[in-house]
Amino acid sequence: MWERISGAMNENTLEKLKILAESAKYDVSCASGGTTRRNRPGGIGSAAGWGICHSFTEDGRCVSLLKIMLTNHCIYDCAYCINRKSNDLPRATFSVSELVELTIEFYRRNYIEGLFLSSGIVRNPDYTMERLVGVAKELRQRHRYNGYIHLKGIPGASRELICEAGLYADRLSVNVEIPNEQSLQLLAPDKDFASVFAPMRHIKQGILENLEDRKKFRSAPRFAPAGQSTQMIIGASPERDKDILSLSANLYKRPTLKRVYYSGFVPVNAYDNRLPALKQPPLVRENRLYQADWLMRFYQFTANEIADDAYPDLDLEVDPKLAWALRHPEKFPVDINKAEYEMLLRVPGIGVKSAQLIVASRRYGKLGESQLRKMGIVMKKAVYFITCRELPFQTVQELHPEQVRRILTRPSGSRKQEDPRQLKLSFEEEPHDRLYLR
Amino acid sequence: MIVCTYDKTFEGLLSVVFEAYSRKKFPDKLLAEGEPLPLFYDEAISVSTDPEKSERVWNGLEKKLSRGGLAFLTQSWLSELPEVDLLLFRYIRKNLDAPVSLELNFGDPDVLEVSQIWKKVGQEKSRIIQFARFQKTADNTYLAVLEPLYNVLPLTLSYFKERFAGQCWLLYDNKRKYGYYYDMKRVSEVRFEQEPLWGVCGKLPEELLAEDEKQFQQLWKSYFKSLAIRERLNPKLHRQHLPARFWKYLTEKQGG
Ligand code: SF4
Repeated sequence: MWERISGAMNENTLEKLKILAESAKYDVSCASGGTTRRNRPGGIGSAAGWGICHSFTEDGRCVSLLKIMLTNHCIYDCAYCINRKSNDLPRATFSVSELVELTIEFYRRNYIEGLFLSSGIVRNPDYTMERLVGVAKELRQRHRYNGYIHLKGIPGASRELICEAGLYADRLSVNVEIPNEQSLQLLAPDKDFASVFAPMRHIKQGILENLEDRKKFRSAPRFAPAGQSTQMIIGASPERDKDILSLSANLYKRPTLKRVYYSGFVPVNAYDNRLPALKQPPLVRENRLYQADWLMRFYQFTANEIADDAYPDLDLEVDPKLAWALRHPEKFPVDINKAEYEMLLRVPGIGVKSAQLIVASRRYGKLGESQLRKMGIVMKKAVYFITCRELPFQTVQELHPEQVRRILTRPSGSRKQEDPRQLKLSFEEEPHDRLYLR
Repeated sequence: MIVCTYDKTFEGLLSVVFEAYSRKKFPDKLLAEGEPLPLFYDEAISVSTDPEKSERVWNGLEKKLSRGGLAFLTQSWLSELPEVDLLLFRYIRKNLDAPVSLELNFGDPDVLEVSQIWKKVGQEKSRIIQFARFQKTADNTYLAVLEPLYNVLPLTLSYFKERFAGQCWLLYDNKRKYGYYYDMKRVSEVRFEQEPLWGVCGKLPEELLAEDEKQFQQLWKSYFKSLAIRERLNPKLHRQHLPARFWKYLTEKQGG
């Protein structure tokens, strides 16, 4: 079948695709979503505004975008990266037309929401950034492609190129990678915080200026309408969870930063004494960090409430919301029929949706246990923290927090053991941006 | 017990509501025309669908319910679950009888159940949008064959129309034996007299596919394979997100 090749494809395309997908897959910051881009007549596609997962990998991650590298050649030598220059691995580079055709053909078949393009550094940051921008420009201008585009902002790239990227991309991301500057310098001698934070700032400025422009001229082209995101690698350096969460909290304070992704360190390279020797990527810790992040964004928790000097790391045994409740028995029990929405959110076993259901329904009459159960509240957990119409149950007040913890973490033979790697947060039915690892 | 037979369409159900109110007799059981009646019953009423009556009930509901509440009704109907009609009948009746709409009273078991069915149908709609896979045919039509758990194709059309406005496509429900064809202008419902050319797996014979179709399927499959991170393999999570019932239609889950 490779004789009847269409367009830009040739027999090497398949090989390149494999190599460059392998090289890109460790980057998880691949949510699509955050923009709605309607189809223009004569154009291809639209962006749906929420991330649609079109498939799931065998490790359970969402496949939404064609996540790929333009090239995996790199002049840098970051210790944690599979593509570092000192690694001996097959290298490949896509042509612009190959990438464009792959994106469009995959898109037309409903395989993907769009393209997530990153690259190793060739020659210098600007040269690399220019290539990335070139692909996005070709897609948008020549092919009138309206699907999603996420471009990596290359650390050290110039302001002009970042600004041009923002005209074509829905989202831009620059990865922090290592949550502490000294650690970053140790592991990635060619990078520093300045080279990461400068492009982040350019993106922010671009977006904010664009919002102003669009107030004046409705037709001004949009600049990275889905904002920016970043990623941190967890467990490659000695930072504690409290450090990571307070960095995240700071990042979220900047307007335009939409998501921080946490990626449990996978030792992709043979032994390097700058890195810890891990048998397994720290998946439970990664999951707890996502839960904590969730608490900051949707449950009105501050970083400090979740982890502080007294409790610098997240509890691996229970989720961070339950951990907080067990450290604060004085706040409970909460009266379901009276408590403020904010306090309902803090009850283990009650998610955003169920807190809203409770508030909407209790106007019609007092709620009892069976109604709560039907509304999807995890009563197994919640009973220790609430009172409602009929529940004169022993709460965390009567029992000691330690006892509640023992009950809730007791492995019962019949109960299906929860797999801690599952990103199922028992305290949440997620708002639309689902907590898949992407 | 009052038994009511009707044609098992949504319009028909609305006519049943109309009749019930005008006779002041409210059925405890709803059956399809010709279905055997239960052993014991007090009265059997047969209602034929009358567009005018249905419309009057719908107008009444439009006054009482928000758009969300109306969507609860129509979307839950598409679940085709046994007895969902009786549940919706009670839901309609409760809302018409109450001084204010009850659609947010999730303390009421019927309201809660309707909202749960609505949610399940919505999830199935999302899954169809996620997992439909188009094959490009020799005449440049993009074909996707599916077997939704609920009758949700109608709910997905606006997505497919918007996203794939620039290509002809055919979306086909292999279980309910009907589909929708889009010719770059409008979407129309299609049914075939004979078995369609694709088999139970929704695959067209190779000679009917576009020249480069196999090639792009191959590229997609290899891409998908390269994505998995060995250190993180988690088949349980994989199946939870990507239910096995979709696999036979998913390009990336086919061998070869
Ligand atoms: S610059 Fe990027 S691609 Fe190059 S080694 Fe560092 S992390 Fe890897």
